[in-house]
Amino acid sequence: MALKKLLVYLRGYRKECVLAPLFKMLEATFELIVPLIVAAIIDKGIPDNRGYIVRMCLCLVALGGIGLVAAVAAQYFSARAAIGFATGVRHGLMKHIQTLSYTELDQVGTSTLITRMTSDVNQMQTGVNMTLRLLLRSPFVVFGAMVMAFTIDTRCALIFVGVIAVLLVIVFGIMALTIPMYRKVQGQLDQVTAATRENLTGVRVVRAFCEEDEQNRRFVGLNQLLTKMQLAVGRISAVMNPATYVVINAAVILLIHTGAMQVEAGVLTQGQVVALYNYMSQILVELVKMANLIITLTKAVASAGRVSRVMDVTTSQEDGTACIPENAPHGSVRFDHVSLRYKGAGDESLTDITFTAEPGETIGVIGGTGSGKSTLVNLIPRFYDATAGQVLVDGMDVTQLRKSELRRRIAVVPQKAMLFKGTIRSNLLWGRADATEDELRQALSTAQALDVVESKPKGLDELVEQGGRNFSGGQRQRLTIARALVSRPEILILDDSASALDYATDARLRRAIRAMENPPTTFIVSQRAASIRFADRIIVLDDGAVAGIGTHEQLLESCPTYQEIYASQFETKDKEAVQHG
Amino acid sequence: MAKQAKKPGFQIKTLKRVLTYIRPQLPLLILSLVLALVSVALTLYVPILVGRAVDCLVGRGQVDFSRLAGILTTIGVCVVLTAAATWLQNTINNRITYHAVRDIRRDAFAHIQQLPLAYLDAHPTGDTVSRMISDVDTFADGLLMGFTQLFTGVMTILGTLVFMLTLSPLITLVVVLITPVSLLVASFIAKRTYTLFRLQSQTRGEQTALIDEAIGEQKLVQAFSHEEATMEAFDEVNGRLQGCSLRAVFFSSLTNPCTRFVNSLVYAGVGLTGALMACAGGLTVGGLSSFLSYANQYTKPFNEISGVITELQNALACAGRIFELMDEPAQTPDPANATVLSQVRGEVDIRDVCFSYTPERKLIEHFNLHVEPGQRVAIVGPTGCGKTTMINLLMRFYDVDSGTISVDGHETRQLTRRSLRQNIGMVLQDTWLSSGTIRENIAMGRPDATDEEIIAAAKAAHAHSFIKRLPDGYNTVISESGGQLSQGQKQLLCISRVMLCLPPMLILDEATSSIDTRTEQKIQSAFARMMQGRTSFIVAHRLSTIRNADVILVMKEGHIIEQGTHDELLAKNGFYATLYQSQFAQ
Repeated sequence: MALKKLLVYLRGYRKECVLAPLFKMLEATFELIVPLIVAAIIDKGIPDNRGYIVRMCLCLVALGGIGLVAAVAAQYFSARAAIGFATGVRHGLMKHIQTLSYTELDQVGTSTLITRMTSDVNQMQTGVNMTLRLLLRSPFVVFGAMVMAFTIDTRCALIFVGVIAVLLVIVFGIMALTIPMYRKVQGQLDQVTAATRENLTGVRVVRAFCEEDEQNRRFVGLNQLLTKMQLAVGRISAVMNPATYVVINAAVILLIHTGAMQVEAGVLTQGQVVALYNYMSQILVELVKMANLIITLTKAVASAGRVSRVMDVTTSQEDGTACIPENAPHGSVRFDHVSLRYKGAGDESLTDITFTAEPGETIGVIGGTGSGKSTLVNLIPRFYDATAGQVLVDGMDVTQLRKSELRRRIAVVPQKAMLFKGTIRSNLLWGRADATEDELRQALSTAQALDVVESKPKGLDELVEQGGRNFSGGQRQRLTIARALVSRPEILILDDSASALDYATDARLRRAIRAMENPPTTFIVSQRAASIRFADRIIVLDDGAVAGIGTHEQLLESCPTYQEIYASQFETKDKEAVQHG
Repeated sequence: MAKQAKKPGFQIKTLKRVLTYIRPQLPLLILSLVLALVSVALTLYVPILVGRAVDCLVGRGQVDFSRLAGILTTIGVCVVLTAAATWLQNTINNRITYHAVRDIRRDAFAHIQQLPLAYLDAHPTGDTVSRMISDVDTFADGLLMGFTQLFTGVMTILGTLVFMLTLSPLITLVVVLITPVSLLVASFIAKRTYTLFRLQSQTRGEQTALIDEAIGEQKLVQAFSHEEATMEAFDEVNGRLQGCSLRAVFFSSLTNPCTRFVNSLVYAGVGLTGALMACAGGLTVGGLSSFLSYANQYTKPFNEISGVITELQNALACAGRIFELMDEPAQTPDPANATVLSQVRGEVDIRDVCFSYTPERKLIEHFNLHVEPGQRVAIVGPTGCGKTTMINLLMRFYDVDSGTISVDGHETRQLTRRSLRQNIGMVLQDTWLSSGTIRENIAMGRPDATDEEIIAAAKAAHAHSFIKRLPDGYNTVISESGGQLSQGQKQLLCISRVMLCLPPMLILDEATSSIDTRTEQKIQSAFARMMQGRTSFIVAHRLSTIRNADVILVMKEGHIIEQGTHDELLAKNGFYATLYQSQFAQ
């Protein structure tokens, strides 16, 4: 089932998929003729027909030459199909991932997606390539050799039938035994990996508690178990080669013996027995190839299963079609009895939230960990869909709006300050591709990030490494804020995004946003009461529900949760104020 | 270029190191080689026997059955012996390989425990893990398997030559003359494909980096409606990858058909000379049949050898990477006469300490501080100012460049690390739990603690109530990095861990930015309880901690710029005063 869906990506390579195995079989056919020619040389050429021998040997060279041409063609077509397939799968997968909403991304997990996209697709590429080359060829040679044997002598050919049956049992039996064992070995290896990683990430704690010896002891245990499992599976797979060798040679003995009787009876010639013997050797070679192919195939099928499971995940959000009318008031946000339950979660993360933000207002969102602050702002750009109630932007239900239209108006600065590989400029242009130099500088200045750029020798063209790791946490945070401002948003969401800034910078930043020409409706999510204290309105969340909405003064009067938060951060200062007053 | 130049020497050095890991198994290795010789010799003998058997079947009514029976029995014995030898050899090789791998991993892990943090901090975890796991794996597959394959291959070639020479020097000459063509073809293709493969892996690396970003940060991509631009960039790389992959895969896959063609030349050559000789009576039909089998056997190892050599080089490179890790100098060992710190009062004296992570960037210069037993030292400053450096130096995760740090008058470098660290309890903001049960995690510092003591510690850290509600209580198994627990709960467990040992000195990183107010208050009161009567160093974020500290160190950009009590620093009206006031201004 899983494979069928992915076979679509082979569709463009129909010609290649037919031609590659065809040429392979052509090559194999020529290989199958070789023993017959050798038999002819022995029977007709020896002892006195030298011209015949020369002609037949030239024939062998010619067969080899045609085989080479056929093989090269087969390799070319299979490589084309396999690589085209992998390219198509990667493109399709990437495109599919772009359509997933946050809900699905949370569920699948991005690290999983990355391995699917890279190593699994590579594994499939190898699988397709090998399949096209060998899947038909190997059985073709094995059964072809058997058929050829029948054309020579039925009694001897029956040995072939028996041998092929026994060999199939041995090869597949051992594989059936070892494949699950190898999977277990892989699992144990993962544990050893995990232990190593854990030790490295916790190195400070390990050393502070003088845990080194205990860690060593644990690792040795896991490592020993891995070795034991590897040896166990090794013992079984070590049987494969000797066993097939014994079977083939037992068959050779039987073949020569039967052949001897047939020769004695005058049914067979010497050369024909040699030909039969050669066919037997060809079978052995092909079986080894087939065993390898099956291992590659199992891996490829497992990878295909994983990839197609990703493809099966479909977005839970349908894109809307409406656009925001030009004359609507830009930047208003309204929550109308909104609740949200994350997929797979037991309880609601947000319950019955209702509020309105007018254009240009600053809204503070505060509350404890897990109280739903980020969840609330994530509903505005429709990263998640409310499970009850309505979220309205500029008077329109966000689920009715075209996503690109909606998100163009909203800029989000997420908690984790993330920059992309490129330059500072290329990162800022994420906000708006056609922003001018002046606009970039303006945004940087508002985000208090001008000094970051100015401190760099190349200014805006300073290189940014992957993840922005050549910038400090505070610098990254200010640059991501600038990136958001470049898009001239109508709604700006700062999701706890000033946490790495010191209080003074944080305050300057908020002042600068307010002083912008067309100040956006700004949502500030924060743990720090000081950051939201001067907002037009503060939403206090407690366990997913609104515990209070109002200005700082109003809440300080009426909202116990807010009082508690405020007191825990300002108690001494207030006491001081009381003393001084 | 310079790297290339020293390569051969480096490879030989690596090989020697590998051999030290195989030495304990030397008898087995020798046995394996002997077995390889036996099985090669027997395998090569069989075609001769078959040839002789074929010679018995001259034609109708002329079959020598009694001779044939003898030959067939010999074949049978040879085959069984070969199979036994091969099986034994495989098993022994597995043993040698996996034991060597086990020992290398064990030693590498033990070495990591001894590495200075300076190394571990500077090297990404993923890199070290991949050296320990995948490099060792590749090394195991490539080196030992490759080695036996190479040995068997060379033996087969030599053995075949000997057998062929005894049968017919002339045909041998034909074979020897044609086979180098196969080698030439293979190496020609290998050379051509090398650049193609490099280009492919480069492009693949580029694409992986792009995928890492675009999918790792998919949410951001969507938030900025950047899907189309991302797709465009991806397709561009994807298209390039398709082009260079096709060339790399296709050209490399030519090796097989080409060498096979050379084989068929050899085969035809042998057939021609052999048959002509047979006509002249210099060779029997059976002899010709043996030769034809040899022609196949002889060329096969040649085809494999070029592959094996690449694999061996790859394996050696991987072995080199793991040995490189193991060769990293360990931390300076404790001096032989190191004092074991005991009965600590908690007096800390820091005198004229200089420290920097890199010589170019001076960090701490001529730093002095005296802490009386039981005092609280708060370290404050903006993020990234180097607060953790202080923790690093106190715990001796890093050693000072000059100057001294003493505890109760003993210089820390003269103490055993173990006794120093056992006397300092540490709770970091970055909570780390080991996979195992809750109980094991709490008892980490004192594995001999009783259940009562563990529960008491958990209670003191306000962790008991949530532990009790977990499905298996104290026996609940937490997976790597404590997935099921919230950040606050993890923090409480880390505090319980220190509570159980209650060492005379404490280092606390009290950052609680991601913890809700109520849990935070619990953690605060747990901290407060611990600090009573203990010398404490606190990376402080909260006003109450800062105000109550006996000494406040104000750090900025790695330097300690101010030092004193809260009131002293406010009076000074410097950086601390600005920092303090900015918290309350808009």
